[in-house]
Amino acid sequence: MTAKHDLKPIAGGGLLDRRLFLKKGLTFSAVVLSADVLAQGEHYRPDSSKIAGKPFSNYGLPSQYERETIRWTMGNSMADGNGVSWTPLQDLEGTITPNGLHFERHHNGVPEIDPQQHQLLIHGLVDKSLLFEVEDLLRYPMTSLLCFIECGGNSNAAWRSKPIQTKLGYFHGMASCSEWTGVPLRLLLDEAKLKGRAKWLVAEGADASLMNVSLPLEKALDDCIIALYQNGERIRPENGYPLRLIAPGWEGVVNVKWLRRLHITNRPVMARNETSKYTELMPSGKARQFTFVMEAKSLITHPSFGHKLDKQGFYQISGLAWSGHGKIKKVEVSADGGKTWATADLQEPVLSKCFTRFRIPWQWTGEKVILKSRAIDETGYVQPEREELVKQRGTHGYFHYNAIVSWEIDRDGSITHVYA
Amino acid sequence: MFMRNSLLILALLISPVLYAEETPELGKPASKALVEQWNNDIFPDGEGLPSGKGTATYGKKVYQQYCLSCHGVKGTGDSADELAGAKHGLTDNPPDKTIGTYWPYATTLFDFTRRSMPLNNPGSLNNSQLYAVTAYLLYLNDIIGEKEIMDAQTLAKVKMPNRDGFVNYQSK
Repeated sequence: MTAKHDLKPIAGGGLLDRRLFLKKGLTFSAVVLSADVLAQGEHYRPDSSKIAGKPFSNYGLPSQYERETIRWTMGNSMADGNGVSWTPLQDLEGTITPNGLHFERHHNGVPEIDPQQHQLLIHGLVDKSLLFEVEDLLRYPMTSLLCFIECGGNSNAAWRSKPIQTKLGYFHGMASCSEWTGVPLRLLLDEAKLKGRAKWLVAEGADASLMNVSLPLEKALDDCIIALYQNGERIRPENGYPLRLIAPGWEGVVNVKWLRRLHITNRPVMARNETSKYTELMPSGKARQFTFVMEAKSLITHPSFGHKLDKQGFYQISGLAWSGHGKIKKVEVSADGGKTWATADLQEPVLSKCFTRFRIPWQWTGEKVILKSRAIDETGYVQPEREELVKQRGTHGYFHYNAIVSWEIDRDGSITHVYA
Repeated sequence: MFMRNSLLILALLISPVLYAEETPELGKPASKALVEQWNNDIFPDGEGLPSGKGTATYGKKVYQQYCLSCHGVKGTGDSADELAGAKHGLTDNPPDKTIGTYWPYATTLFDFTRRSMPLNNPGSLNNSQLYAVTAYLLYLNDIIGEKEIMDAQTLAKVKMPNRDGFVNYQSK
């Protein structure tokens, strides 16, 4: 049993101590179910246990009862491979995104690539221009890293003057998290031998848009990998098969999929996707360019728009936080619209540039409340309120939106997205 | 003895790094010809621009055939981005981010059109068609004249109105 004093809220709106579940095994009020009518001495067997199950499958799929957990797709009306699909963050728990639900941003569709026909070229300011076969790259020393990838354009609907009313994943779900395994890019650059003047790298994909983008060599030598595996299996076609660049913590567009070429240069190429797009127009009329790092963000995934609270009582607030600058140090949750805040529990392990799951128990008394979460990363950066972000950047920057998200719980338990 | 121990410690400190760097070195030398065939990057100073030339007059025909269905008459946008015909500046609400108001380099326009357009048949335009349609889009944005020839020399010299409109946030 839970002692009465433990249920004393530690912040407004009914937020409880984050250790409550762990300490006391808090129980939810339960309805007593009546037993089936059985003959005396007979044991109950669920229906599933009365017939032999289905045979083995070569590749497992989710339960038929989970068919609504899908990516929503949004393609261009004139070119259906140009657009995005969203990770349904409101339906997922933990920190790893299943491969089939990882968000997509394609500039002109998913190419079909035979790995035996695919090579990676490194050229430019190097002593030796080198061509790597995929099967050769599989023989290199590999490393694995767990990291999020977030599109620079994620959450862009939140710049609008009125809060969008749609499920969380469909405006913040261009963010996903996987274990990526591959060859440290540094090893391949060392093999080609960089020249002293080398400062930048232009990465190009083998898709129909030959998507290219520049990134500083410093990042490439620090923690970038040429990934071949995603969550243990070879990367899916829509995530760059047979290989992609992973630049941990940096905006999705530089994590070039279907990677075919790395041009080592002394300056950026000024591609369309680092000038006309993926730059942020500020109120001054100037635009921010090369804003690679995705700054700290957090979202309450449960409850969120589309969920409904059936009755008063205990709930667990659960959400995700991440920062392109490193580890999440703390997540605070408010249940009174930001007047008071309580520290949420962080699921271990907390990894750098990786989704971090936070949770906190909460007692809903049936009143109208506003839930918020804010992330603080190891650099001390605090996720801003929307008002603060808009004050700094205006509303026409489109990219790199990372303000606090607010959910209003109405008395009937329905949830609305609000700016508060 | 102290010296020998120090050297040993030094060796231990260095050697794991050396081991970590060992790779099978399977990269094959790529010939200059192969690199030239694969390298399609075009830089603001004109590096990488191919031969060929065109003017807005011919470019208008190219545009109408390959671009208009998505980008609209005179580049004002439709299912695809607005390219020209800005009615608002960058500090207006809402701003118009066209080639004329926003794009900092003319070379980017040629490069992107060559690498990615048209979406239903990328890579299908030849260099003269590309110079011509680039010229047309610059002309629609009042950046060059209708008869001005765009080629590897002239395109790199085009000064875009928003050339100085970007702040490098790389290190911030």
